[in-house]
Amino acid sequence: MGIDRRKFIKLSGLAALGIAGRAAGDVVSTLEESTTLPFERPLVGKRWAMVIDLKKCQQHEGCKDCITACHRIHNVPDFDNPKDEVKWIWEEPFEHAFHEQEHEHIRNDLKHSNVLLLCNHCDNPPCTRVCPTQATWRREKDGIVMMDWHRCIGCRYCVAACPYGSRSFNWRDPRPFIKEIQPNYPTRMRGVVEKCTFCDERLAKGLLPACVEACKEKALVFGDLEDADSEVRQLLGSHFAIRRKATLGTMPEVYYLV
Amino acid sequence: MFDAGKIIVGLIVFLALITFPLWYNVAKGKAGYVPELEKPTTADRCVEDTDYMRSNHMDLLNEWRDLVVREGQRVFVDSRGTKYEMSLTRTCLNCHANKDKFCDKCHDYMGVQPYCWDCHVDPKEVR
Repeated sequence: MGIDRRKFIKLSGLAALGIAGRAAGDVVSTLEESTTLPFERPLVGKRWAMVIDLKKCQQHEGCKDCITACHRIHNVPDFDNPKDEVKWIWEEPFEHAFHEQEHEHIRNDLKHSNVLLLCNHCDNPPCTRVCPTQATWRREKDGIVMMDWHRCIGCRYCVAACPYGSRSFNWRDPRPFIKEIQPNYPTRMRGVVEKCTFCDERLAKGLLPACVEACKEKALVFGDLEDADSEVRQLLGSHFAIRRKATLGTMPEVYYLV
Repeated sequence: MFDAGKIIVGLIVFLALITFPLWYNVAKGKAGYVPELEKPTTADRCVEDTDYMRSNHMDLLNEWRDLVVREGQRVFVDSRGTKYEMSLTRTCLNCHANKDKFCDKCHDYMGVQPYCWDCHVDPKEVR
């Protein structure tokens, strides 16, 4: 016979290398010619933050414009059941949101008010540290605590780690519970954690977050903390602002003017 | 060998049964069946060559996914300088408007079940 085992193995090894090389060459040669870019006019900031003016917000009790706008464009389901609840932005009584500040004789308007809550996009986020798949991470360029729903395996470590209750888990398939699905934004699937992303998809296009845009009272102000001339810095420099559970050291970046 | 006859006959029957779908398709003249995909009429080329897309669209989509979500890159510039938004719903489905007759048809034939549509939305399905 012309070929022994040794020779056969050598030849097949060479052939496999050749095939792999050609395949790799195909991929590289096709992809090398293309490039990618961000959108043309994004909103750019080094440290995004939000200031919420509680007085302005409380002037319109029962107004849910920001919540409706956010939940509508992001396909957030409404299960109508607190056990399954999924929320990106929501209201809680002052004493729940700021239990450290609450006391018996607190100003009447605060005592009976609801506070608007959302992800604090912490500078030192505990949720990202515990994520085993890096499905959630703090974006270095602008400080947004992002979510990659493709990667989330539904372990819920982040839900446990977040001291603000900003993260919701999809215990059930959310699709049937979305009033009107917006095709421009994905829904989530069962077994995935979701939360506010400061509308990263809108910032990329140069638009303000949906809740900020929806508030007629301009009670929500969004801006760059690194920019000394930004509206958020002006407000924080001239008003007294509080943050939720700041003593935990998470460095939350949603500020409340009381 | 004991019962050689029975075993051999049994094996032949077994092989005949297990290959039945193949024989059946040959007999029906459908052995060379390839799904006919609906080609878009609005554009004459895809973001990459047809051959490349046919075999590697899943890799391209995975790459787009990571670029958009993790790198903040949103626009794909192809080798001829044409710009496309990297979006399954807004770019791919813009031309391949009929998901049933394009994506699903081939995926069903190949027996693969990609989970894109668990989250991403086919605009036609919600209208």
